[in-house]
Amino acid sequence: MPAVGASAGGPLLAVRSLTKLFGSFAACNGIDLEIQPGEIHALLGENGAGKSTLVKMLFGVLAPTSGEIVWKGEAVRIPSPGAARRLGIGMVFQHFSLFEALTVAENIALSLSPGISLSKVADEASRLSHLYGLPLDPKAHVADLSVGERQRIEIVRALLQNPELIILDEPTSVLTPQEADRLFETLDKLKTEGRSVLYISHRLEEVQRICDRATVLRHGKVTGACDPRKETPASLARMMVGSDVASVSTAGTNTKGDVLLEARHLSVPARTPFAVALKNVCLKVRGGEVLAIAGVAGNGQGELFDALSGEYPAADASAVFIRNKPAGNLGITARRLMGAGFVPEERHGHAAVPSLPLSDNLVLARNQSDRRTFLGGGVLGIIKHAVVRLASRRISETMDVRKSGDDPAAGSLSGGNLQKYIVGRELDRQPSVLIVNQPTWGVDAGAASRIRQALVDLAKSGSAVLVISQDLDEIFEVATEIAVISEGRLSDAYPAHALTREKIGLLMGGMYGKTEGEEVAHAH
Amino acid sequence: MGIIEAILLTVVTAATPLVLASLGELVSERAGVLNLGVEGMMVMGAVLAFAATQATGSPYIGILAGIACGALFSLLFGFLTLTLVANQVATGLALTILGLGVSGQIGEPYVGMSGVKLQPIVIPLLSDIPFIGPILFKQDLIFYLSIALVFGVNWFLFRSRAGLKIRAIGDNHASAHALGIHVIRTRYLAVMFGGACAGLAGAQLSLVYTPQWVENMSAGRGWIALALVVFASWRPWRLLAGGYLFGAVSISQLHAQALGLGIPSQFLSALPYAATVIVLILISHNRRMTLINTPACLGKPFVPDR
Repeated sequence: MPAVGASAGGPLLAVRSLTKLFGSFAACNGIDLEIQPGEIHALLGENGAGKSTLVKMLFGVLAPTSGEIVWKGEAVRIPSPGAARRLGIGMVFQHFSLFEALTVAENIALSLSPGISLSKVADEASRLSHLYGLPLDPKAHVADLSVGERQRIEIVRALLQNPELIILDEPTSVLTPQEADRLFETLDKLKTEGRSVLYISHRLEEVQRICDRATVLRHGKVTGACDPRKETPASLARMMVGSDVASVSTAGTNTKGDVLLEARHLSVPARTPFAVALKNVCLKVRGGEVLAIAGVAGNGQGELFDALSGEYPAADASAVFIRNKPAGNLGITARRLMGAGFVPEERHGHAAVPSLPLSDNLVLARNQSDRRTFLGGGVLGIIKHAVVRLASRRISETMDVRKSGDDPAAGSLSGGNLQKYIVGRELDRQPSVLIVNQPTWGVDAGAASRIRQALVDLAKSGSAVLVISQDLDEIFEVATEIAVISEGRLSDAYPAHALTREKIGLLMGGMYGKTEGEEVAHAH
Repeated sequence: MGIIEAILLTVVTAATPLVLASLGELVSERAGVLNLGVEGMMVMGAVLAFAATQATGSPYIGILAGIACGALFSLLFGFLTLTLVANQVATGLALTILGLGVSGQIGEPYVGMSGVKLQPIVIPLLSDIPFIGPILFKQDLIFYLSIALVFGVNWFLFRSRAGLKIRAIGDNHASAHALGIHVIRTRYLAVMFGGACAGLAGAQLSLVYTPQWVENMSAGRGWIALALVVFASWRPWRLLAGGYLFGAVSISQLHAQALGLGIPSQFLSALPYAATVIVLILISHNRRMTLINTPACLGKPFVPDR
């Protein structure tokens, strides 16, 4: 792959035919990449394209199988993150790299060379965080901080090493649009200081906005290197996905039926110190509607799903109504029997038992709601394997689930295919109410589009669909109504066409009253 | 010496092995390793300390033997759970059963032999303080070590960089690995510290508490030590307080019998365990405290994806 616009001084970092094999599977297959000093370089690709594997090799977390990493013109081996930091490479991880039980200063001190006292670390962290517009309290416990604040710790932690290259892994996936804007300002400042940034993302809009160059990965290979500003979102998406992604058709979803799902002043106290309490949540979903609930992760989405699905029932029966019957204090099976279906957030271990075959997972979810079909022998409840297998096959065909063998273990399916199966398992019952949490998290674009279309189709057939999602693109694709959850409070629902991303961003920050009376701009 | 002084002295003797064994386990658990083999390591320490003392005549060599034996025995646990990634709970239980069996075998020739008691070290001046002097400053080396270790471990965990690393590994081993901290190596050291402390606790049993060898002489103290770590919510100071509380409960049966109180001895010997259950119930009410102090990776195996 020829480098585009290589500068005269030579690249800061060059990667030559870097390959990483896991068994016979090539997560990265002959990757070439060049990063110039003082540029923001995008690494684009879908989930599973090999972006994370590539940066883990650059940061010394994984050892490459073959290929070469060249730093400032010299071939280097990076055996550990410590070695990467010594070279001048800093990394801001996407998930799970902070220690919740430790303080901000302790978290930062862990990545610094020994011999620096904790109080010195705290002072330096405060200084840097103010310099780059990332305010932080060094004595705060991470467990008590918001996601945006946690990311600031990661950035300050990387900056304390004075790195020449900073790698950011999907930094905006957890931020409100306003928080993202602040991050972009910080990145610009880093760039003007002559530092390089490797910016990993699958969000085309922001890549076009802030990045100087882009390298696109698909299935572990480089499929394009370009100047993102000269491309269109469609041409970038083609490089990422390989083909044009089918767009979801929402035509015919406007017919409004009866209210099938309703929450009336639903309040739930926090179950754990890290959980969010739900405060007076009111919502209504009519047949034919798709209500999407937007919000930044950790603002009560999981708790809302638990309360609506009955995983943790509320004390008050009249807090939740399903098809006009009070269900607030009922468990999940009782609600299923009332005609509701649920798809929780975690595929593995929550929506499916990874080690069991698909057919068993089907029986586990529907043994009560489809008792007559799936179970025989009266009270004995003997599983009718032939019937279950037939239903399982029907689901796989309807949702285009790609798998090896007829009835493989759930865990052997790729994320996207398992998610298609899990959503299909509920749709197969034709539920009159469907509640889905993060339907396409970590799912490839093809599967995501298939799932979204299925949700829209279910609403078209007269069911009420509630989708909890962090992905604004998804929300605008499927929703007829949109509400925003912030710190356990739910905003009013607005018609989807009457909301803009900016307005949603403000609502995500909990700014309800302040936007009232303001003219609502059209989204499209 | 008054009766209260005498009772308090026995409380100190009863509490010291609990404090030592649970302090070692605390460090191991702070690094994320749940070692249920405390009882086994303790009893192995006890028999080896006794045997070494018999062989050399010096209880101090016995102490060293107890420490070394506990550390080596825990190394077996470390190899199985850290290198071979065996289940920690099952391996820990196996270690306890193995320790009880092997110590019985090793100790057979020593049954009924009278041992050498570790002599107190009298600290001048301080030991002359009325009442607390004889209790706190006329004690043996192991008692002084136990108190010093509580101070030391507390400082180490919350003030030193190495301690910070241990807490980080226990909280999130994947992130710690990503930061370049040697997760497995550190856990080995933490497990071995736990083993050494349990071995020292065992040495206290066979050199101070009852200077002789009796099969199964740890008598469930390893399990109390495990409960004590949770009781202390993984904090050394609370552990010291809890150790003395549990020590007092466990010794009360002897005094009740001596004083002729009409309490069945079975009830009193069950008291420490009942107290453990009650304390666990009470402590689980304060979820925030428990969750913030509990090492999040406790008992989870770590395999670097290389």
